[in-house]
Amino acid sequence: MIKRATILLTLVLLGFLFLQMVVGYVPSSTLNPISRHYVASGPDELGAANIVTAVLVTYRGLDTLGEVAVLFISAAGVGLMLRRRTGEKAEEKQRRPSSELVGTAIHFLLPLIFVLGIYIFINGHLTPGGGFQGGAVLASGIMLLLLADPDTHLNHTIVHLLESVSGFGYVVVGVLGLVFAGGFLDNRFLDLGTFGELFSAGAMPIIYVFIGLKVGTELSAVLERMKD
Amino acid sequence: MSLSIEGASLPILVLTSGFIVVLIGLWGMMSRRNIIQIIIGFSLTDTGIHMLIVAVGYLHGRTAPIIDAAVDRARAVEMVVDPIPSALVLTAIVIGLGVTALMLSYAIQIYKKNGSLLIDECSELKG
Repeated sequence: MIKRATILLTLVLLGFLFLQMVVGYVPSSTLNPISRHYVASGPDELGAANIVTAVLVTYRGLDTLGEVAVLFISAAGVGLMLRRRTGEKAEEKQRRPSSELVGTAIHFLLPLIFVLGIYIFINGHLTPGGGFQGGAVLASGIMLLLLADPDTHLNHTIVHLLESVSGFGYVVVGVLGLVFAGGFLDNRFLDLGTFGELFSAGAMPIIYVFIGLKVGTELSAVLERMKD
Repeated sequence: MSLSIEGASLPILVLTSGFIVVLIGLWGMMSRRNIIQIIIGFSLTDTGIHMLIVAVGYLHGRTAPIIDAAVDRARAVEMVVDPIPSALVLTAIVIGLGVTALMLSYAIQIYKKNGSLLIDECSELKG
């Protein structure tokens, strides 16, 4: 009873606090100075049509590197928590095989899903989307594969190789920016190209390809761990 | 303060719903005893905060910060919404996903050990 009253009191107080914030909120009508700078000079400086990508990959590129690191640590944590202890056997379960519809559709859908994921992260500097979204789409393809046949085993060598190479490549591209251009993760050591073309915006598409592959392989590894 | 979608009150509407979702999530985290339900509460709070951040970045009558046929490059500063909250939310979604995956794997381990998902049965940390 006391517990319930405390919870209610906390929620009412927080709700009151939130209400004050909403009532006092005045929507701004112009961009603040930092955003103004990003929007005004982002396309000219970095050659990226998608300004969110410019902020994420270049202006705040170090944050994104940290974000990829957090994702890596949580994937490693999931792997540690759900690993098989020595002597622990996988319980033998008689699974009902998945229906023929799912089994047939997977052969048709999986390549399409992968192509969509790759399209999303390659075009991250031009259209909505980017490395994280594209990687999530790739992982959703893997999830469909695991749903259709839970006994599928991903090739761990390939998954780990892709994950390591893309993580390493991301840092290498960052260092190349430090050596040949203005700073760490600066994308201008490659030619900026024509604005709005696929091969433009310097190293930005390369960084997003690495991020997309890394996120896709990490999420796939997590999904496979969760399956057991 | 009118709540029409047309007017400049759209951010107010999203802010209000965002705060309500945050409160529902907090209530779930505090009052539920099943660990899976607590994790769902956490996810709701997370989503509510994303709504808040996006609402703060919205500017009335403007479009997405992507320079294409719809946005004149020279006048982009007057035509697009704030790109920074969008980038922050993208980061927040990914971190939230990682934390949720980690919590779920803890829940699986707790279930394997205790044979139950009730938080009351986790007595390891009780003094």
